[in-house]
This record gives sequence, C-alpha cells and structure tokens, in this order.
Amino acid sequence: MSELIAIIDYNMCNLRSVEKSFRKFNCQIITTNDIKIISKADKIILPGVGSFKDGMKELRKLHLIDTLNESVIRDKKPFLGICLGMQLIAKRGQENGETNGIGWIDADVVRFNLNDNQKNLKVPHVGWNSVKYKKNCLLYNDIPDNSDFYFVHSYHYKVHEDITTGETKHGEVFTSSIQKNNIFGFQFHPEKSQAMGLKIISNFLNL
Amino acid sequence: MLKHRVIPCVLLKDWQLVKSINFQSYRTIGHPTSTARIYNSRNVDELIVLDIDASQNIGGINLEIIRDIADECFMPLTVGGGIRTINDIHKILDTGADKICINSIAIDNIKFIERASSVFGSQCIVCSIDVKKIGDTFKVFNKSKGILDLDPFELARQYQEYGAGEVLLTSVDCEGVAEGYDIDLIKLFKNKLNIPVIFNGGMGSPMHAVEAIQNGADAIAAAYIFHFSRFTPNDIKLALNENEIPSRIPMIIN
Repeated sequence: MSELIAIIDYNMCNLRSVEKSFRKFNCQIITTNDIKIISKADKIILPGVGSFKDGMKELRKLHLIDTLNESVIRDKKPFLGICLGMQLIAKRGQENGETNGIGWIDADVVRFNLNDNQKNLKVPHVGWNSVKYKKNCLLYNDIPDNSDFYFVHSYHYKVHEDITTGETKHGEVFTSSIQKNNIFGFQFHPEKSQAMGLKIISNFLNL
Repeated sequence: MLKHRVIPCVLLKDWQLVKSINFQSYRTIGHPTSTARIYNSRNVDELIVLDIDASQNIGGINLEIIRDIADECFMPLTVGGGIRTINDIHKILDTGADKICINSIAIDNIKFIERASSVFGSQCIVCSIDVKKIGDTFKVFNKSKGILDLDPFELARQYQEYGAGEVLLTSVDCEGVAEGYDIDLIKLFKNKLNIPVIFNGGMGSPMHAVEAIQNGADAIAAAYIFHFSRFTPNDIKLALNENEIPSRIPMIIN
C-alpha cells in the first residue's frame, strides 16, 4: 500500500498543478480540507498563492490549524510548505498589516525592500532564479547547488533561527528554503520547476 | 539573479497548433499535446498558448485541449483567447494553467483587469497588446477592430495601474517574419514599467534574442524560430549566456 499524501485545499490557489506533479510518482494523493482525511495522511503538503492574511483566514474558517498542529508537531509527519504554504507556518506575516501565522517557525514574512539603485528589479519577484545551498537538506539530494527554480512572490522569510537551507538573491539575499526537523518549506514552486522541481517532490516522497 | 525568460508562444486553432505571418495565413504545425511535451522536455522557461478561435466560438476557449497541454507542462503555463468573464478565468485555471492572458476585454473595459487581479492576484493576469507601426508611431491593433487610435505605451501603463502582472507585447509587423524584434518598440518601454514586459514577434536567430534583451526586453516570446528553424530554446539561452545575459541553462540530472 503506497503512502497517503494530503494536499490541503484551503481556497488559496488552483491545486491541480501541485497534484499532477505528485501523480508522476507512485503515491496516493488526495486534495482535501476534510480533517478526518488529513489526520489519516502520512505526509502533508500546504501549497498556496495569495496573501498571508487571506490564507490564515481560510485555514481558520476550515478549522484546519489544530489538525495541522496535531499531525506535524505532535505526530511529526513530514510536511512540505510551498510558497504561501511555507510563509503561513512562520510566526508573523507583514502583508496587509501584521497577522499571526501558524507559528512553527520563528520568522517574519516581509516585503522585498529594494533600494533606489535597484529600479530595474521588479516586485513581484517572478521567474527563474538560483538557490544557493546553506545547509544539507535531504530534499536537495541529487540536485546541483545553484540550480534555478521558479518563483512568484512579493514577500519572503526573515528567519530568527538557524533553519535556512537555501538562499536566493533578488536585490537582497533572502531565505528561499528552510528545514526544521520534519518541516520543509520552499518559497519557489517545485511543481513548476521542471526536472529539478520534480526531483524535490520525489525526494519528499522518499523520506 | 533573476534570469531572462525565453518563452514559446503557440497558437491554437481548431484542435491544431498553427503559425501565422503578420497575423494572417495560418499554417498547421502540429498537435498541441505532443508539442507541449516536447517543450517540457526541452526545458523552456514558460509556455504561452493562445486560442485564436476562442473569441468566435460560442463555447469560448477549448478547455479540453488546454487541460491536455497543462498535463504535459511542469513549467508555468499562460493561456489566452476569448476571455470575457471572471468565470472564464476560473475555468482556465482549473485546467492547471498558472496565468491567463487577456486582450480585447481589457481594451473594452479596463476595470476588468482590476477585478481579475483582485480575485486571482496580479501575478496571474497577463495583458496582451498587439502593436502596429504607422509611419513613425506605434498604434494599438485589435484583430476584430483593426488599428485603434491608442498609444501602446500609455495603454500598458494604464494596465499596470489597474493591476496587470505582466504585459505581452506583439509586433504585428515583425510577427512571423523572422528578421528580428522591433527594437524601437523595445526601447520605448525600457525600464518604464514596474511589471515585466514580454516582447513577441520577429525572432529568427538567437542573436535577435540577445539584441532584444540588450535593448531592454525583460523576456522574449517567439514561435517561428522553434517551428521552422534549426534553433532550439537551449541554443537561444546559450547565445544569451555567451553575451553575459543571465538565462537558465537547465542541468541534466539522473
């Protein structure tokens, strides 16, 4: 019996592209916001594109936060946060006013702060950019350092603990991936990053 | 550092992929899903698919084909053609596309951009403008309305203000001719907008891409070169890198 992977559906993006990238591999994948199914899953993925505030509002509305805490913190199930899904597990987000996040990671999520000499740089940071490794991370196995991944975001992590696994430069250098025990987060989109992205997904499934 | 994107832009007509010259004389060039699969395997940075029949079809865009294409793409996919409502966008994004591209509706009702970007986020809304050169000036061109008395730069600036995430600028004169991008048009936009501008129409050799980006293009789209020449997307990226323009050269992993 293959593992059950739950992709959390909280109305914050179309999830089909995440789902189809997992379907490339041998696993049972279900996109859901049903608390019972999420509790039964072996691994959990929180994707998402959109604003921090709306994301937290949707997670609360669907009563998902307790279930996520039980699965990821108490039961230590592998967790993958993608883009907004990585941001929401931080303590605080600064988008549209300060909002408390799920709070597993001691970090703030702040807007790109580009100076006047960087007028040629654009926000949102959209496109392919490279990730420089800061630490070993199992999910980067077999992927060369400085590989390019696809980003779409205006806010990024400012970490207050030593969990950065990868950094990226867009005007400033920011944390583009993290790991804390069983919790993995990527600011970029593995499901949109072709071979390198699919490798991250297969590494996650092989944990 | 952010890379300059090289984006194939393919046209869909009656279940076929076609290529046009100056927006006319369509030639069938292949099947959509197999083409999408090839682009995915060649590691293009993104793919744009425009359904050129959609505005005439009662059912709108051919969602069945779009879904098949999306299944083959593990890279960002932009889809356009005949979009008139928020619900049209929902349906396209449900297939697995990442961004949508609008043209006529934005000319008719600029507030539509505002609504669409508030629902889906501006990163999702690409506004396409077709441009025709009349004497020394550039004018907006629309397939059903013809040449309009609108300045493309001014229109793009308004689109940005109303929440567009990107602008796709196609030169009708250069499209399908393969003699290079319209450099005057690129210079007109250089560093003036805060959102990326993708230039489309005219690439016949990798040096045309180098020239476009050196003159200010954020990203370049093309069709002719990929269908009718010996050059692959990777050849273009190698040419960019040789000219010290950052672009993504995918590494092979096992």
